[in-house]
Amino acid sequence: MGAVPLAHGLVVAALLFGLGLLGVLVRRNLIFILLSIEVMLNAAGLAFVIAGARWGQADGQVMFLFILATAAAEVAVGLALALQFYRRLGSLDADAAAALRG
Amino acid sequence: MLYWLWLVPAVPFAGFLILVLAGRRLGRAGTAVVGVGSIAVATAIAFAIVPPFLALPGPDRVFTQTLWTWMRIGDFTPTVGLRLDALSLVMMLVVTGVSVLIHLYSSAFMDGDEGYARFFSYMNLFVGSMLVLVLADNLLLLYLGWEGVGLCSYLLIGFWYRDPVNANAGRKAFIVTRVGDTALAIGLFLIATHLGTLDIQLLMARAAAAWAPGSALPIAAAALLLGGAVGKSAQLPLQTWLPDAMAGPTPVSALIHAATMVTAGVYLIARTHVLFALAPPVQFAVAVVGAATLLLAGCSALTQRDIKRVLAYSTISQIGYMFLALGVGAWSAAIFHFMTHAFFKALLFLGAGVVIIEMHEEHDMFEMGGLRRDLPVTFWTFLIGSASLAAVPLVTAGFYSKDLILFDTWSSAAGGPWLWLAGLVGALLTSLYTFRMVFVTFFGERHRAPAGRAGWRMTLPLVVLAVLAIVAGFVELPPTLGDKPYFTGFLLPVLPAVAAIPARALDLGRLQIAAGLVSLAGIYVSWLLYGGRRATVTALMRHPSALVTRRFWFAGWGFDWLYDHVFVRPVVWFAFADRHDVVDRIYDGLAWSSRAGWRALSATETGRIRAYAAGVTIGAIIITTIVIWT
Repeated sequence: MGAVPLAHGLVVAALLFGLGLLGVLVRRNLIFILLSIEVMLNAAGLAFVIAGARWGQADGQVMFLFILATAAAEVAVGLALALQFYRRLGSLDADAAAALRG
Repeated sequence: MLYWLWLVPAVPFAGFLILVLAGRRLGRAGTAVVGVGSIAVATAIAFAIVPPFLALPGPDRVFTQTLWTWMRIGDFTPTVGLRLDALSLVMMLVVTGVSVLIHLYSSAFMDGDEGYARFFSYMNLFVGSMLVLVLADNLLLLYLGWEGVGLCSYLLIGFWYRDPVNANAGRKAFIVTRVGDTALAIGLFLIATHLGTLDIQLLMARAAAAWAPGSALPIAAAALLLGGAVGKSAQLPLQTWLPDAMAGPTPVSALIHAATMVTAGVYLIARTHVLFALAPPVQFAVAVVGAATLLLAGCSALTQRDIKRVLAYSTISQIGYMFLALGVGAWSAAIFHFMTHAFFKALLFLGAGVVIIEMHEEHDMFEMGGLRRDLPVTFWTFLIGSASLAAVPLVTAGFYSKDLILFDTWSSAAGGPWLWLAGLVGALLTSLYTFRMVFVTFFGERHRAPAGRAGWRMTLPLVVLAVLAIVAGFVELPPTLGDKPYFTGFLLPVLPAVAAIPARALDLGRLQIAAGLVSLAGIYVSWLLYGGRRATVTALMRHPSALVTRRFWFAGWGFDWLYDHVFVRPVVWFAFADRHDVVDRIYDGLAWSSRAGWRALSATETGRIRAYAAGVTIGAIIITTIVIWT
């Protein structure tokens, strides 16, 4: 089993993270923002796993499990919020919730 | 009984508190009872203390009462302590005795005034502060009383504050005396740092031990104390406030600006006489200040038309005599003159108050005239007071005290013929302006009828003070007239005798004859000028040089003009030039920039979650960049 070079793996992780971030910044739909956040979390998890593989440590995978659990919790809360959001504002446009404008 | 000493200042303070807190609910009669009664109780206690005090052993009787420690700062522990010795006993008795008479008088004089309770509360506060001043055993407590009487003086000069003239006069008095008070405060700092104590007896003992006579430290300390005394006692160059202080009610002028407070400077110098003896140049300055002041103020008094301003300048002039006495080392002569002056000057002011009230608030003497028959009691008592002020020989108290000062000035090693001559010329001026006032007010033709408002509460104090203005002199009979120096003998343990040159002391008889003749001559001349039709004086006044002199003296030798141009106008000009306050620009800029910053920051608060996320991203990128590249 040929090892993937560390640099390649990290580049893929960075690309994933960048795509997710771009999604968060440009999409206005709340569901897509949550999806993009998931992508960013998985990018971070990928970086952990790659780093763990590089140094032969299990810590990277352990951290990924943690991230999975956190992401699950986040999605549960996030979807509930999205539901409330839609009930209150009648849309899923994130920019519609700007009542705290200074 | 002696342990009741603390009650003497405490009772007037209690009266003050009652009047301040419940003055509105007491009513007129209640206010008068509390206001006059508290002073009467304090006076009764003060006089009741005399027999046990005299029963104390030894020639130097002293009773000290430490009430509590005021504060404790390392070794510096000033106490609230009272000290009763011969000097403070005399001061206490005069202050309380004169106060009770003036309070009784005021209860009638101020009747019908809307500020009746306010008036008596200030007056009680004044008496309490004055008693603290004279009884204090350390300079810090003395300073407390000193500032207290200054405050009351300010409040009472501006008592009728609705007229801006009165309020301005009060402010002027406060600011001018503040100049002296600042010098006094610096003097206290100097003494406290160099001698480590402000206890009067202790500091005098330490000063005598540690400081060489004529060295820099005692000179500085004494000069600063003199600055305070000059301000409070309205001596040159800080005398300008006292004539304007006559804006206050007449009993206030009698009590504060004639009998008691203005002599606080005399008391201060007498109390700390050791410091002045250690600083001969300053002591000489005291004598010169006194001599110059008594001449200047005497000339000004000659030209005034307002009866109260005549008396004000006369007060300045008489305190000048006390300073002259202090300057030549005749400490007890100064206190003796303080006592007689308190009696006859209070009497004259109260008499003037009766005249003013009878003349419907008219102050101009030349609008009065011929009151001799209308107001017999006032006339006779006023005449006695005037005779005492003019030092009519043998029968009046003023003669004995002024004569003692003149004699001591002549014979003291620190004095001399020149200072004596100044005093003698001053005596001539005194009898001239005093009897000018008497003749103009009470003789000549009658201009208007009196209102008939003066009751027994106003005439009784006049009579009592008139008796005192005569008999108070007999406690000190000079060697040529009985040789009974009780007063100076009583004060001797506290205030040392004059260092006289024996050869000059032989001239006593001749000096007395000279002083007596000068006094009578002054009365005679003023009768010639003002007694009859005043043809001579009218002719005299036509001469241009006389007119100029009169205007100059009338304005108090132009000191007000000078201070106005040297101090007041530059300050006002500067305040006007700086009306947009340069310093404020800095703070305005600070306020502006923080407001601009707030605006900029609040613009970033868009409420849009994606903008925040972008912000977080940009921040993270910046921080990461910094971390990687450094």
